[in-house]
Amino acid sequence: MEFEPVIGLEIHAQLLTASKIFCGCSTGFGAPPNTHTCPVCLGMPGVLPVLNRKVVEFTIKMGLATNCRINRENGFARKNYFYPDLPKGYQISQYAYPLAEDGYVEVETEAGRRRIGIIRIHMEEDAGKLIHDEHFPASYVDLNRTGVPLMEIVSAPDIRTAEEAAAYLRRLHEILVYLEICDGNMEEGSFRCDANVSLRPRGQEEFGIRTELKNMNSFRNVQRALEYEIKRQQYVLEGGGEVIQETRLWDDAQGVTLPMRGKEEAHDYRYFPDPDLVTVAIDAEWVEEIRRNMPELPLEKRERFLRDYGIPAYDAGVLTMSRALADYYEEVVRLCGRPKIAANWVMGDLLRFLNEDRRDIKDCPIPAASLAEMIRLIEEGTISGKMAKEISEEMYRTGKGPKEIIEEQGLVQITDEAALIPVIEKVIAANPTQLAQYRGGKDKLFGYFVGQVMKATQGKANPQLINELLKKMLA
Amino acid sequence: MELYGLTVHELQDKLRAGEVTAADVLASVYRRIAAVEDKVHAYITLMKETAAAQAAAADEALRRGEVRELTGIPIALKDICCTRGMTTTCGSRILGNFVPPYDATVVEKLRAAGAVFTGKANMDEFAMGSSTETSWFGVTRNPWDLERIPGGSSGGSAAAVAADECIAALGSDTGGSIRQPAALCGVVGMKPTYGRVSRFGLVAFASSLDQIGPFTKDVEDCAILMNVIAGYDPRESTSVNIEVPDYRSFLDRGVAGLRIGIPKEYFIAGIDPEVRASVEAAIAVLEKGGARCVEISLPHTEYCLAVYYIVAPAEASSNLARYDGVKYGFRAAEARDLMDMYKQSRSTGFGAEVKRRIIIGTYVLSSGYYDAYYKKASQVRALIRRDFDAAFQQCDVIATPTSPTAAFRIGERTDDPLQMYLSDILTISANLAGIPGISVPCGFTRDGLPIGLQFLAGHFQEGLLIQAGAAYEKLAATRDLIARYRREKMPLS
Repeated sequence: MEFEPVIGLEIHAQLLTASKIFCGCSTGFGAPPNTHTCPVCLGMPGVLPVLNRKVVEFTIKMGLATNCRINRENGFARKNYFYPDLPKGYQISQYAYPLAEDGYVEVETEAGRRRIGIIRIHMEEDAGKLIHDEHFPASYVDLNRTGVPLMEIVSAPDIRTAEEAAAYLRRLHEILVYLEICDGNMEEGSFRCDANVSLRPRGQEEFGIRTELKNMNSFRNVQRALEYEIKRQQYVLEGGGEVIQETRLWDDAQGVTLPMRGKEEAHDYRYFPDPDLVTVAIDAEWVEEIRRNMPELPLEKRERFLRDYGIPAYDAGVLTMSRALADYYEEVVRLCGRPKIAANWVMGDLLRFLNEDRRDIKDCPIPAASLAEMIRLIEEGTISGKMAKEISEEMYRTGKGPKEIIEEQGLVQITDEAALIPVIEKVIAANPTQLAQYRGGKDKLFGYFVGQVMKATQGKANPQLINELLKKMLA
Repeated sequence: MELYGLTVHELQDKLRAGEVTAADVLASVYRRIAAVEDKVHAYITLMKETAAAQAAAADEALRRGEVRELTGIPIALKDICCTRGMTTTCGSRILGNFVPPYDATVVEKLRAAGAVFTGKANMDEFAMGSSTETSWFGVTRNPWDLERIPGGSSGGSAAAVAADECIAALGSDTGGSIRQPAALCGVVGMKPTYGRVSRFGLVAFASSLDQIGPFTKDVEDCAILMNVIAGYDPRESTSVNIEVPDYRSFLDRGVAGLRIGIPKEYFIAGIDPEVRASVEAAIAVLEKGGARCVEISLPHTEYCLAVYYIVAPAEASSNLARYDGVKYGFRAAEARDLMDMYKQSRSTGFGAEVKRRIIIGTYVLSSGYYDAYYKKASQVRALIRRDFDAAFQQCDVIATPTSPTAAFRIGERTDDPLQMYLSDILTISANLAGIPGISVPCGFTRDGLPIGLQFLAGHFQEGLLIQAGAAYEKLAATRDLIARYRREKMPLS
């Protein structure tokens, strides 16, 4: 029997606000334990939450970017459970009335472009973290992360392959980062993903029994875990067995999913509206203002690059990986007017320099204007492509402009016939044997003469000019 | 008369005139505490040292002529109000050692107004009770009859004011916890509109019902305290940003032309005949004073108690989840593992009534029961609110008894939770509807126990309650009546 996987993803994105969702504490990562805390996020008696407006704004942005309906009235609920990293004994989340609902994003895989539905996007607070003592039977609680704002994005069960799941994840990731509402760091946990996956016989409407996968902290792991889990479920079903509804953890080292250890208790979270928070009423004008100020999203940008710059799809994809890179590229094009050459330089040498140093484009030492100027100098024939390679390295190293470097190193290309003719004459005179052979029909030796002229000019001669002059003078 | 027997406004006059010092007033109150606290047990914690410092600062301010609303006035705080650096127990073993690093907003406001804090008043554990018998720290006794309860949950605050162990006090009211003990102790108690007084720093029982309010010896003092504690607080999302009127300006408006609604559902079997007679006599006095009585109906009254005992425990079950032995408060000493620590800490840290309500609340929120209980209760609550909206089209204030009976005996209802819950049957509706209410003394039973008259008004109409209460107090000369009973009947005098 042929099975069809049904996959839905739940994404938790930590929002890039300066302060927590219900108090004024910092959201900064890596501070000493329990230093970013106050009575409110510590859940002390009698304290009350006050909603951070930025969290609402950021979530509206994501809702708009993923074609969701923004619910004009939405509200918070309490999710009740006991755990030492949850100081109030409940998490403030949204349940019956999320901020955004019924959206979608387009994702592209080798199978083509598909629309993946988004059921809801809601706001909630993060919990703290437990630190277990390795040498002593004790655990410690760090509540710095408690109350850090999260956005939960729940997809519809529309995803059909592991590859598509990864593509969906990348799409949401790039939107979040483009909107500058999440740093997207998967290792630090600011972008987390859980997956629900089940199989059903192809053509069947009804869903099969699903498992929930956790502990996948990279795009690649999400794809690998899903690939594994799909195969595992298929094996179980084909063997006449039944999939057990459970939570499974991805084991990266072994490349398998394993049932979460310990007895799993059926949780009843006893959600109910949080009486400490009032209905969040969203002003329509505010939503419009946010919409007006939305940046261009990656997919739109990619399409515009194809259309306006005539560059290949691959280039458009690379150049729009981040908003800053796209902005940089566009600035170079604006100043030099050569989209394809600019793309080659940005994607080639520049990204190589940056990657080697693990540096962000925002910290690139070469200003877009310098790169554009260098491209213009190549186009004008002032420098050769080979010289440009050296110059760009020097620009990256020193931050200097191309003209300054050319001047310092005397790198200007010889484009003057009058200057080049005596050099060529000397080269010809010094190589009588080769001259005779060339004139005798050994055409390949033309290259030898070009090389000799280049050598004599320390590579500064314009290659095209050398060609022209040599042809005439060797004849 | 001893200074401790005076009201806030009487002491204000004497302090400002320089006749007495804040230190004199505090010394007088503490002499009184020394004399009667053994019998009454109104306090969980006395704040003698900090009070002395506050009184000294008040005297310094008075010397400089920097007089504020409550400069030098000794006030007791229900031990549910967080006080920076001072134990706040909420009447529970589980918070027996809890010292908040912050003040409740009301405490900040009282401090800023120059008040002197005498101590933290006793209360039913987590404000769950109507008799102050569920406190981990022992029972408070009614100053009018030491064999009887003072009402609850703010019984310590009410008893402290009635026994002159402070000049005024703060309490909190979730289903009648200010008004009922005020009635049973013969003092004035007001529950303001939900959102009028900040809940920040008030240890939560039922967040959508809780409200802080004053206990005072007369209505004028009630207005003075309300002027200090009312107002918007940006630290509370449910706080309402509406201008606070000068409540004193309502004191002398009288009742001529005031329409007083008499809800037939509040004068029913189960109301003690003496209480009923006293309240009816009070209404007659108001009519004589020019008020017009209108019979009104609040048709959903019979559901109030049921709705309350779903909504309040539901919220409580969640609000009290934080007391888990992990971060602060009581932790069972010898737990085997995490789950055992939770179970032992909460089993021994909470008393029976609190556990009963946590269990009820957990049950009504459970999957499969939510719609039948919590959701249905929320819907009926909306109808109860609508009843009041309709009623206040016909009248300005509503008059009812505050409590169906006068103070009952200690232990009389502790084994019968339902009987205990009925103590609040006349006060709960105001919390469900979010409207303000006041209880003012209106007489005594043949046994010399105080009886309370309750006025209710529309949202943010505390001024009308002050107006009706002050007018009644004057027309019926209740201050004189109380003074006479004090001399003749109060066992402490």
